[in-house]
Amino acid sequence: MSTVQSMKTPSSYDSGSRSEIKKSKSMFGGDIVRQASIDALRKFHPKFMVKNPMMFLVELGFVITLLLTIVPDAFGSAAPRWYNGVVSLILFVTVWFANFAEALAEGRGKAQADSLKQTKKDLWAQKVTATGTIRVSSASLRKGDIIIVREGETIAGDGEVIEGLASIDESAITGESAPVLKESGGDFCSVTAGTRVVSDWVKVRITSDPGESFLDRMIALVEGAERQKTPNELALHTVLVSLTLIFLIVVVTLPFFGKYLNITLHTAELIALLVCLIPTTIGGLLSAIGIAGMDRVTRFNVIATSGKAVEACGDIHTIILDKTGTITYGNRLANDLIPVNGNSVQTLARWAAVGSHADETPEGRSVLEWLTKHSLSYDRELSEQGEFVPFKAETRMSGIDLPDGRLVRKGAVDAIKQWVASKGGPIPSDLDGVTEKIAKAGGTPLAVAVDDQIYGVIYLKDTVKPGMRERFEQLRKMGIRTVMCTGDNPLTAATIAREAGVDDFIAESKPEDKLALIRKEQGEGKLVAMTGDGTNDAPALAQADVGIAMNSGTTAAKEAANMVDLDSDPTKVIEVVAIGKQLLMTRGALTTFSIANDVAKYFAIIPALFMIAIPELSALNIMGLHSPMSAVLSALIFNAVIIPLLIPLAMKGVAYKPLSSEQLLRRNMLIYGLGGLIAPFIGIKLIDLVVGVFL
Amino acid sequence: MTLLGWVSIGLTLLLVLVLARPTGIYLARVFHSEGARMPLNGLFGPIEKLLFKLFGIKETNQTWKSYATALISTNIFMMLLVYAVLRLQGSLPLNPSGIAGMEPTLAFNTTISFMTNTNLQHYSGESGLSYLSQTLGITFMMFTAPATSFAIAFAFMRGIAGKPLGNFFVDLVRSIVRVLMPIAIVAAILFVALGAPQTFAPTETVTTLQGAEQQIARGPVASLLSIKELGNNGGGFMAVNSAHPFENPNGISNLLHIVLMLLLTTSLPFAYGRIVGSAKEGRVLFVAMSIMFIMMLGIATTAEQAGNPALHQLGMAGPSMEGKEVRLGVAQSALYAVVTTASETGGVNTMHDTLTPLGGLVPLGNMMLNTVFGGVGVGFVNVLMYAMIAVFLSGLMVGRTPEFLGRKLEIREMKLIAVTLIIQPILILVPTAIALVFYPDTISNAGFHGISQVLYEYTSSAANNGSGFEGLGDATPFWNISTGLVMFFGRYISMITMLAVAGSLMAKRPVPVTSGTFKTSNATFGTIFVGTILIVGALTFFPILVLGPIAEHLTLWK
Repeated sequence: MSTVQSMKTPSSYDSGSRSEIKKSKSMFGGDIVRQASIDALRKFHPKFMVKNPMMFLVELGFVITLLLTIVPDAFGSAAPRWYNGVVSLILFVTVWFANFAEALAEGRGKAQADSLKQTKKDLWAQKVTATGTIRVSSASLRKGDIIIVREGETIAGDGEVIEGLASIDESAITGESAPVLKESGGDFCSVTAGTRVVSDWVKVRITSDPGESFLDRMIALVEGAERQKTPNELALHTVLVSLTLIFLIVVVTLPFFGKYLNITLHTAELIALLVCLIPTTIGGLLSAIGIAGMDRVTRFNVIATSGKAVEACGDIHTIILDKTGTITYGNRLANDLIPVNGNSVQTLARWAAVGSHADETPEGRSVLEWLTKHSLSYDRELSEQGEFVPFKAETRMSGIDLPDGRLVRKGAVDAIKQWVASKGGPIPSDLDGVTEKIAKAGGTPLAVAVDDQIYGVIYLKDTVKPGMRERFEQLRKMGIRTVMCTGDNPLTAATIAREAGVDDFIAESKPEDKLALIRKEQGEGKLVAMTGDGTNDAPALAQADVGIAMNSGTTAAKEAANMVDLDSDPTKVIEVVAIGKQLLMTRGALTTFSIANDVAKYFAIIPALFMIAIPELSALNIMGLHSPMSAVLSALIFNAVIIPLLIPLAMKGVAYKPLSSEQLLRRNMLIYGLGGLIAPFIGIKLIDLVVGVFL
Repeated sequence: MTLLGWVSIGLTLLLVLVLARPTGIYLARVFHSEGARMPLNGLFGPIEKLLFKLFGIKETNQTWKSYATALISTNIFMMLLVYAVLRLQGSLPLNPSGIAGMEPTLAFNTTISFMTNTNLQHYSGESGLSYLSQTLGITFMMFTAPATSFAIAFAFMRGIAGKPLGNFFVDLVRSIVRVLMPIAIVAAILFVALGAPQTFAPTETVTTLQGAEQQIARGPVASLLSIKELGNNGGGFMAVNSAHPFENPNGISNLLHIVLMLLLTTSLPFAYGRIVGSAKEGRVLFVAMSIMFIMMLGIATTAEQAGNPALHQLGMAGPSMEGKEVRLGVAQSALYAVVTTASETGGVNTMHDTLTPLGGLVPLGNMMLNTVFGGVGVGFVNVLMYAMIAVFLSGLMVGRTPEFLGRKLEIREMKLIAVTLIIQPILILVPTAIALVFYPDTISNAGFHGISQVLYEYTSSAANNGSGFEGLGDATPFWNISTGLVMFFGRYISMITMLAVAGSLMAKRPVPVTSGTFKTSNATFGTIFVGTILIVGALTFFPILVLGPIAEHLTLWK
């Protein structure tokens, strides 16, 4: 993959999340909320409800109390009709809130899918046949068909470039406006349906049948049609259901104990107690948390093939990162200017700067920065008047044509040598020595020439991206090890590794080294994440627990990976791991909160149930609630409203900070554990103050 | 309470503390020798080898299924044997007092009771059993029952440490030969020295000073006493258990009772720390359990010291002495009540029925939680299960899927734990509700105390404790069969599920520990662990406790 490094999309060179900001919508967009409110009602159907036993039980309670509202003495005990009605209403709202949370999360996912769908209009393609080309609809394209796409046309299906070279605008998929170069062979041959050719032409072999394209699968995933509960979600669900059963036993046996004491308990109150005790908060939000976690990844412009993959992110021990493009900029920044043939540094710098004046590439800008750093100047006016010659793959150089006819060029040393030789200029005897030295140190030399004169060499050195060191430091705190893979020799690799602060590195690495490393780490029980884009990365991507393929990469790589980064930004693996952790933390925090809530609810309802028959039990009414009825209603109302109050948290995830497990645990335990213990005492008391007014 | 009372409690517990760690290390070296020479091998090695040879036991590792099968089938075989002895004791030898064969449901109950380490006694010890039943039936099971739960505890610990589970028969024999028998022999001699009888002579008839005739029951008491306490069995030779001067002659014997009850169960965390390769892992559990123990003891002693306001009004000031071990006072009586329920022994030197409401709540709480040290072996397995629940519920908060000792807790483990968790409230609450509604005439008290009595009986059965609130007409078929079933399922379901958890965890590839790993060896975890027990374990029983002891307390002290 290093051969075409300089052609990579510009987004590879900054770690920002520009596209994320661009695509993010307000969390509670009006349409989504409206649709979710309706879907929440639809979810009352028992067919959906049985999947969530906790909420199903609440719905059952709603039906029974509704019945009691109509026939108050259906089960013998006769609580007032209005009381049964209010309990019934609160239970209805509780179920609706939980359904709404899920519908909202799904709705946001669908909105994401819809924006993807817009790119998937019916397209026309020029299909190559034995007799020439015919115009066909994209729906009729099959695997193996060959199409030609010319400038301005949209590519009708996923495929691989087999002939030609073109700039392609992939913004419809990635949100990235700068076009990318695609050519046959190598790792930059894969094209995606819905993207547009902006210059030149390509011949493409279609690699997927209609409905199975990458885009189709992405839409299906994002829509949640294929959503399955993740392993941890299933395990947690089991525990929550068992707690529900335990409380069911507690509540069902309670009237028998009451009977021994000649206390009659109202059905509505028993249902209220049950609903308050079973973990409805986490039960109502569990699936929303999972969907929202996937959605956060999608908003980050990464498509995960399963929730399981996102969950695995949280457990990653080792991240394998390619050096170039991920940790460093590659050999793209001027580190030194070395004159040849007896020229002075000043002269070389002057011409290098003039040649780079209009050059917007990192190489060009870094030359100008080098001059500023060394307090050297060049003739800006002269440069302004010249005509910029951009870098081309064929010429492998760029430069400027000055008005006086002088041609300034910088580029690959052998290209410049050829260019100068063609003008009959001499090749300085010390040039090869300088070039070799730079190459040995792992750098890239760029020769600078004016007409038939070579002035010297720009030493492009690999530079670690700013902020990487800190990020690796954070990862280390979280217990995640980083391993750098590079084709460099061990000496250069060690230098960069030290500079970047990675934990380990593999020098002179071949693709199979990555696979071997992953297997070794997995053999020690570790989970490994990596990014890749080439076909030869595919086995490693498939082997890794989290394999993120770059969208710019080959189809093989994308097929093998369990995530695809639409922005093709390899550093994003770090954030994806963070999102995975955040998903798990959110699930844990809300579970803890939900269970801790039970203490306060017990102290609200238990005294309320028996206070009339056993007045002494009012000593347990530590919140000083107004009356037994208002206590039960307040606890129920708290139990209901806590769900929507926590929806934003479930959607956004709990605040994530890269800390050690110990610090994270203490922090979250304090907020969600202790908070979960205390919050309902305050909440129930406040609700009771209001409810008490009406009773 | 008097200063002497506090000092006597302090010294007793200090002795327990001092013995716990060395005992734990001894246990680890016996049950987790990993090829190294076991301590005192010169003494026990030959006996063990002989027994292995005699029974054809080979030291091969078993899968969790074969371990469980061996355990259950061995236990059922022993139950059939003892059931036969109890039914036929009237026509079997060693029956000098001519005691008749036992009624079927009572024999059913008694057999299960002793095999499950419960020792709930619906019969009257000295008059219901022949000496043969007492020794071959009762004392025999008093060794094999704790040996069974010892075996499972070590199989479980090995499994979660990623080692093979071991062999049930080896563990069973080893528990008896290297742990229970030697300590019991030493303790029995001490009991004899302290005044407990040890004889096969029949009940003596004496003429009292008033000239009345009195039957004085005696028998092989000391040998039963030592294993009764050491194995957390609790079944007394005499009906009144350790309140009888032959079972508990003086203050020193009371100390010995308490130390023996706590010796093995307090040492297990230390053995565990050694087996999993980190002393800290065990220490944090020990400290957490100690804190719960002290809390329980604090409540019980305070409540008993405060006494009964109804009696205060009658001019009887001071602590509640009704049903107490009057020779030893409130402190040692309350301590005994807390220890016997914390360790799921079930022996009593005080009538728990006459404890103050809150004083009675503590033994109930200990048995409901079964994690305040808990019964030898199974109690500690229960502790580890709660540690796993704590890890599972709060472990996600560090942003990783939960792992315990480097092994992922996944759906299979959580399903098994969920079953174990549900079974306990079913076993306690459902029969309590049935008894209260359908058999109210067998309950000697109306109102709150009646609820406490029934609740206590089933909690004691489910936790395999065996102490009773008494006052129940419990030698009826209903009580015999219902408590028998509760004891049986309370014992064996969790044994099977937890062995399955160990088998499943054992097979998992361990995840390496990093700074991102959820740590189970520090104070933060200790706090979460106690919180989980209180919220998940205790809240389940809050409503019924409110209707029983709490309502009784509040009405008494209004």
